Amino acid sequence: MIVTKLKPLKEILNILKEVDKIFLIGCGGCAEACETGGEPQVRQLEQELKEKGKQITGWVVIDSLCNKALVGMRLAYRLREISKADGLLVLSCGVGVQAVAATVDKLTFPALDTISLGGFQGIWPSSERCYQCGECILYLTGGICPLTACAKHLLNGSCGGSDKGKCEVHPDRDCAWYLIYERLKKVGRLDILRKIAQPKNYNKMEASQEIRTSTYWALEFEEAKDESA
Amino acid sequence: MSLHESIVSGKFVVTSEIGPPKGVNIERALKEADFLKGKVEAVNVTDIQSSVMKVGSLAVCHLLKQRGIEPVFQLTCRDRNRLALQSDLLSAWILGIKNVLIITGDHPTLGDHPDSLPVFDLDSVQLLQVVSGLNQGKDMMGNDLEGKPNFFPGAVANPGADPLELQIIKLEKKVQAGAKFIQTQTVYDPAQFETFMKAAEHIDVPILAGIVLLKSAGMARYMNKNVAGVSVPDHLIKRMSQAENRKQESIDITIELIKQLKPLCQGIHLMPLGWDKLVPEILKRAFS
Repeated sequence: MIVTKLKPLKEILNILKEVDKIFLIGCGGCAEACETGGEPQVRQLEQELKEKGKQITGWVVIDSLCNKALVGMRLAYRLREISKADGLLVLSCGVGVQAVAATVDKLTFPALDTISLGGFQGIWPSSERCYQCGECILYLTGGICPLTACAKHLLNGSCGGSDKGKCEVHPDRDCAWYLIYERLKKVGRLDILRKIAQPKNYNKMEASQEIRTSTYWALEFEEAKDESA
Repeated sequence: MSLHESIVSGKFVVTSEIGPPKGVNIERALKEADFLKGKVEAVNVTDIQSSVMKVGSLAVCHLLKQRGIEPVFQLTCRDRNRLALQSDLLSAWILGIKNVLIITGDHPTLGDHPDSLPVFDLDSVQLLQVVSGLNQGKDMMGNDLEGKPNFFPGAVANPGADPLELQIIKLEKKVQAGAKFIQTQTVYDPAQFETFMKAAEHIDVPILAGIVLLKSAGMARYMNKNVAGVSVPDHLIKRMSQAENRKQESIDITIELIKQLKPLCQGIHLMPLGWDKLVPEILKRAFS
């Protein structure tokens, strides 16, 4: 199970500061099972964002956002609503956010933080990986995760070893920051790259006691509860 | 005059560099540094350069200081987390080291311990912010320091980076985070450097053009193939391959480069890679 939790509304509003029209995307896979990204959570977030003055151009819940082929197909039906939006707010793990960002030329924002993938990167064997850092920053990086895609997990741009879009670690490996730069340039938002990204809080990778003792974390907790009942 | 004072005064500055040994025989490195004494404003000491395990920069900076040579403590993000980085910075200050050059650091896979854990807890921009914070008397969590340092922080840039705009954006952030001077990756192509300096026109801290002394045609070809953003032009490779005296040719090439780069920037950072003995002659002829 991929364990995610909803970012606090204050944080979501902060990352959406310059975005007024939003299209919401939920995930019918792990996020729905975690009760963080299914239809009820999407509708509740829609309501809360509307109350804060945001315009919601539409929403959709896709079975498994980590399935890039499915994401492309399903979003194709909603292009009109998506094109009206300034950004997409995605309620899924980091893999799903990146899958959406790779499919649509719109800024993509994570509504959830991913804590644990439980050794599981979703159902589609695509290139996107999630670091499970517990404080998703994909809104700063054009929907490409520098913690997994950059060999040095840098947060403020490429290192001196980046060469013509390739990484110093392996000549065949893309430089994550080149990809991030190209994507942000494409959507006309290089200004995002100019802001200094602050150090990560690695303490957030630790799941809370509440999550660690839930069935989202491990099924045996439910069995233990059944036995004691 | 200290490096800080020279740079603030707007003087054209020259810095150089030595590399610590692999092992405990420090004499050679110190002898190299002695050739630079009184000839350059300050001497950088590399920090586990190219991820090849060596004596640390901090200890050698301290020895330089004892010999009356002003050191620049190079500090990479590769090997230490934020606790160790801040602690080593404070250690440097109590040893009298004022100049720090903040670098991301090569990935461990490029060096002689490719199995090691790449740390990169902070990146170079964030570490520069940390240095600025320490100067304000605060650690990066905002806790008060008992006595604050007054570091003179610098950063690096690669004029040959492609795409250049991505490099310039990072350079802007380094200056915003507190970098007071910039030393660049080695330059052999003045036209390319000019393009970089134009793109960096709005950067209001001095930029020192880096020059690695060419030692052979083979070294030039190796750098062209393996070092990001470095392009040694064919005519320089040809000169090195045909030279009867490679050291003399290297001196001549370096002097020509300094003369071409000088009008474009605010200083030169010479990286002799063991040929430190040649630096006095280079500087004497280049600036006469």
